[in-house]
Amino acid sequence: MSERYDAIIGGGGPTGLTMALTLAHTFGDDVRIAIVDPSEAAPSATGSSMNTAIVDPRAWALSAASVRLLRSLGVWSDIEGHAQPVTEIEITDSFLDAGIRPVLLSYDNQTEAGEPAAHIVPNQALLDALHHAVSMRANNAITGISGRSISSFEAGATGANVTLDDNSRHFSDLIIAADGRRSHLRETAGIKSIQWPYDQRGIVTTVAYERPHGGKAVQHFLPGGPFAMLPLTGNRSCITWSEDAAAADHIMSLEDTAFLAEIQRRFGGKLGRLELAGPRASFPLSMHLARSFVAPSLALIGDAAHSVHPIAGQGLNLAFRDIAALSECIADGARSGLSFGDFTVLERYQSWRRFDSTLSAATFDAINRLFSNDITLLRSAREVGLGLVNRSSALKQYFVSEGAGLSGEVPKLMR
Amino acid sequence: MQTTEANLDPREVAQFAALSGKWWDANGPFRMLHRIGPARLQVIRDAATKHLALDDTGRQPFQNLRCLDVGCGGGLIAEPLARLGGTVTAIDPGKENIAAATIHAEQAGLTVDYRATTAELLAESGATYDLVACLEVIEHVPEPEAFVATLARLVRPGGMLVLSTLNRTPKSYALAIIGAEYVLGWLPRGTHDWTRFVTPDELQAHCTMAGLTSFASEGIVYDLIRDQWQRSTDTGVNYMASVVKPG
Repeated sequence: MSERYDAIIGGGGPTGLTMALTLAHTFGDDVRIAIVDPSEAAPSATGSSMNTAIVDPRAWALSAASVRLLRSLGVWSDIEGHAQPVTEIEITDSFLDAGIRPVLLSYDNQTEAGEPAAHIVPNQALLDALHHAVSMRANNAITGISGRSISSFEAGATGANVTLDDNSRHFSDLIIAADGRRSHLRETAGIKSIQWPYDQRGIVTTVAYERPHGGKAVQHFLPGGPFAMLPLTGNRSCITWSEDAAAADHIMSLEDTAFLAEIQRRFGGKLGRLELAGPRASFPLSMHLARSFVAPSLALIGDAAHSVHPIAGQGLNLAFRDIAALSECIADGARSGLSFGDFTVLERYQSWRRFDSTLSAATFDAINRLFSNDITLLRSAREVGLGLVNRSSALKQYFVSEGAGLSGEVPKLMR
Repeated sequence: MQTTEANLDPREVAQFAALSGKWWDANGPFRMLHRIGPARLQVIRDAATKHLALDDTGRQPFQNLRCLDVGCGGGLIAEPLARLGGTVTAIDPGKENIAAATIHAEQAGLTVDYRATTAELLAESGATYDLVACLEVIEHVPEPEAFVATLARLVRPGGMLVLSTLNRTPKSYALAIIGAEYVLGWLPRGTHDWTRFVTPDELQAHCTMAGLTSFASEGIVYDLIRDQWQRSTDTGVNYMASVVKPG
């Protein structure tokens, strides 16, 4: 059975689902979108409750701009109860055994409009809300094709013939690659990507403790890599932590008590007795930037286009910016009678997003390199640098608004 | 003056026909037309939805609208008009252009009635349309005044005509001839003959002579910073005009 779509989205993670919802929000039912995802039947709002035993330890620091997008899409109300506003951010880089850990930078984390610059949202809560919203639109704007992936596509003069792994063929004006950092669609299109491998691994888990965190996020720069405590609802935090690969493998192999002791050593004792409140996971850290974000009838979004060091928790925020920008380019093109995959639509998307992404990737890379060492000279340089930021309210507001995703040319849906 | 004799320059027709395979190559000789198209289509959409009182909200505001594209080339305007919901007829004297346009529309899944004919012959058949678009043509015809009169016959009473062309100013000589053809190489050399460019005043006079009213013009300018063509009040180089045939 062959179908014709305005857009086929490869990848049903947070990025692909949000892309589909944003297009459906923009065009109402006047659009035909398919989401192709290899996982079996996407869990519906009710189905996901069966999976509560498998808790996903990942959490996202969603910027104010990202929250505005989710609010426009009508999914934020489902997420809000699971989202912890970040009221304050503290950055420090002292030695682990230092008696006093001087704070290099702390700021009240509010945008000028008074909303929190960031919320910490568990991945599972986000996915559940997005799946629920997509299921409400099933049979109208959005068609879910689960248990399948795109095996190949052929871009022609006016769109692309897409072949799935069950050999079914479809036609789409545009293919949107939301299939992650090792994007098969990107490779199929022959788009090369610039890689920065890190000899670091990320570790993520959830902890609970006795005293309330007060909405404070702590970014602790250690020689092995940054250790971040992102406040979750209740007296819990998501710990994201990067270490040299060998150290990370060792830490991951520890039994719970010893693993907890490693966290305790870095976390400090301010919030009382600590316990593990979820499973742990580890992943390799790497950064990449696609040489082009578009090819004929193809647009890359999110991790398929770029992945940044998770140091700032910005990965999904950049993806949301891609989504809002691409939707805006498509909508403006459609007003002029252009197809979703029109060359001028893709060209505008690329020139809008690629510079911004390059800048972010380079910034996070520089920050990580600046902090992931123990050289005295660099220690004093960053102490002076952050100390200056700490004293200037204008600079702090800049950091907050940069972190909130409200600087640069912000897509309409995120303003 | 009413004549069925084609008001065209055979050398000009041959020049475009020779490039017919390249119409949809976004980085080929028609690169600039691809870039400038979206802004032009916005002008057409706004003028038509306003004057013909169409619902501007959906993807197909031109539903049930009979549209004619005169000098359609490869269909760069005809296809978007069809995508906006229009019932589109598109004509061009170049057979090769019509062949290329027909194949492309078929691949795009769009219905456009392409015909290798001239505006004069079509007008003679008595056909009329709600919306007639004639972009980048008038500066290529030997007798613009007679040509506008022919276009006016193709508009139904109460319908409208939208034109785009190049102004004859020192700036347009510098930008459209020297800049676009020689310095930037956006257009093949010899694409335009500056002496045939038409000023808005001249165009308005031609329209008035043809019985068309409510002349409105708007410029299309290139924004160097954004690398984008945009609508503007500056009609010094590229501009569009819309006129109405009293009902």
